[in-house]
Amino acid sequence: MNSVNVANRVRKHSVDMVHRGKSSHIGSALSMVDILAVLYTNFLNVSPDNLDDPDRDYFILSKGHGGASLYATLAEVGFFSVEELSRHYQNGSPFSGHVSHKGIPGVEFSTGSLGHGLPVATGLALASKIDGRSNKVVVLVGDGELMEGANWEALLFAAHHQLDNLIVVVDRNRLQSFKDTEKTVALDPLDKKFDAFGADCLEIDGHDHEALYRTFSSTVEGKPTVIIANTIKGKGVSYMENKVIWHYKFPDEEQLKIAHDDISRGLK
Amino acid sequence: MRTAFINALTELAKNDKDVVLITGDLGFGTFEPFEERFPGQYFNVGIAEQSMIGIASGLAKAGKKVFVYSIGNFVTLRCLEQIRNDACYHNLNVNLVSQGGGFTYGALGMSHHATEDLAIMRAVPNIEVVVPSNAKNSYEAVMQLANRSGVSYLRLEKGGLPFSSVSELVIGRPNLIKSGDNILLVASGSILEEALIASDKTSLNVGVLDLHTLKPLDEVELARILKEYSLIISIEEHQKAGGVGSLLLEVISDYEVDVKVKRVGINNELISLVGDQKYLRQSLSIDSNAITKIINEYKL
Repeated sequence: MNSVNVANRVRKHSVDMVHRGKSSHIGSALSMVDILAVLYTNFLNVSPDNLDDPDRDYFILSKGHGGASLYATLAEVGFFSVEELSRHYQNGSPFSGHVSHKGIPGVEFSTGSLGHGLPVATGLALASKIDGRSNKVVVLVGDGELMEGANWEALLFAAHHQLDNLIVVVDRNRLQSFKDTEKTVALDPLDKKFDAFGADCLEIDGHDHEALYRTFSSTVEGKPTVIIANTIKGKGVSYMENKVIWHYKFPDEEQLKIAHDDISRGLK
Repeated sequence: MRTAFINALTELAKNDKDVVLITGDLGFGTFEPFEERFPGQYFNVGIAEQSMIGIASGLAKAGKKVFVYSIGNFVTLRCLEQIRNDACYHNLNVNLVSQGGGFTYGALGMSHHATEDLAIMRAVPNIEVVVPSNAKNSYEAVMQLANRSGVSYLRLEKGGLPFSSVSELVIGRPNLIKSGDNILLVASGSILEEALIASDKTSLNVGVLDLHTLKPLDEVELARILKEYSLIISIEEHQKAGGVGSLLLEVISDYEVDVKVKRVGINNELISLVGDQKYLRQSLSIDSNAITKIINEYKL
């Protein structure tokens, strides 16, 4: 399965879902699409057939508000039908705005409050080490989310226990609720912080599929891996890119058409 | 009670490699033999309660039966959202074990008084709340909790009841220690001792109920017992709001039990007074004397 094609379809589904549901967080959903597409088409050993297998790879979305594009990715790779996505944010549906696992095959863990995913992923990685399994645990965290202290507690623990089966991907889109992370509570130099906490930290273009795949596969023995994936919030839709307002708004009919056109052209 | 806890856990761990103990850097002098004997089943996460519950949830999701140990408020209030979202929503086998229920650590100060934990823990769905009054019941609770699905909160104290009169703890089933006429005393945890002292002191034949489990609860059985009495006196080392007395009132309302209720508990305050458990109970009028006073007023 071609990850670029999957990413494009996931972007279209995501804007459709947010439009239909009049929901929010489309910018956050779009910034991580390429990461999800590469993980689910080329890297993670997880499929509808091995969801109960303890040897499967685990993926946890910690920035649960981006849930729309995770649902869309799971549908695209066959965990459930694409038609199901039309239920997102609808009354009586299991597809809540923040990602939920209940009744949705493929979602490993429900999140929404920030700073929860990395500790849970750390526990999963520890369990695999205890039981001598060779599976990987990947957790995707937002950059603003790194202001939550529980992440750093978990990193200390993961490094101490040499959890090299843990991969933390940071969706470094640099925008949080009001403005740039660096103008809110500065995170940089982020790589040095992760290094200091005992992780092997790499920094890449979070929209470059080849770089993503290469980096996922290059873990270091004895250390958790942190990948700072530099991304653009709202990536793929011209008027959404790097605009904080798309943390809150949903596209109207006209904006949706433009979004589809932008995505079809594969906006660079 | 802590020794009973680790003894029970040792028994479990011997036969089940999935039993894991996580501590938030507490248990000095008690956990070392367990750590030595069961590598891969003991982890000290350090002083980091929020990630402790997240890590415990991850372990449980991967099939482990996890016991998480810390002091009262640290393993409940400090990480409440992790308990609710990570452990409870996913219905994971995460068992929160607190040392220091109520005023166990009275003289250590307000930070170490666990006096809202029961109300808060029982408000969260998918969590069982067990409050043993002695070491034997603590052991029995741990043996059961390991193989029950879902989250639990086990509130331990130091020492516990010196009495051996309590019967076996079966989770969810209230223990009627002593039946009486007209008046029933209901308590959870080692403060049950105050109820037993008060029942010994009075010339009336007063009943005593050990409500060691707040959730799950055989409410039908509890309502049946309560119906036999005309006055119920609850006693708890906890705020009145949301605790044992509140729970009784809920059951009494839901099952339309025609009975009066008097509640002995903390009156909506955080305590700065320094003193041990016994001293604080006396000072705050949540002791046998307070119960006796209510019994005597009832006689009049």
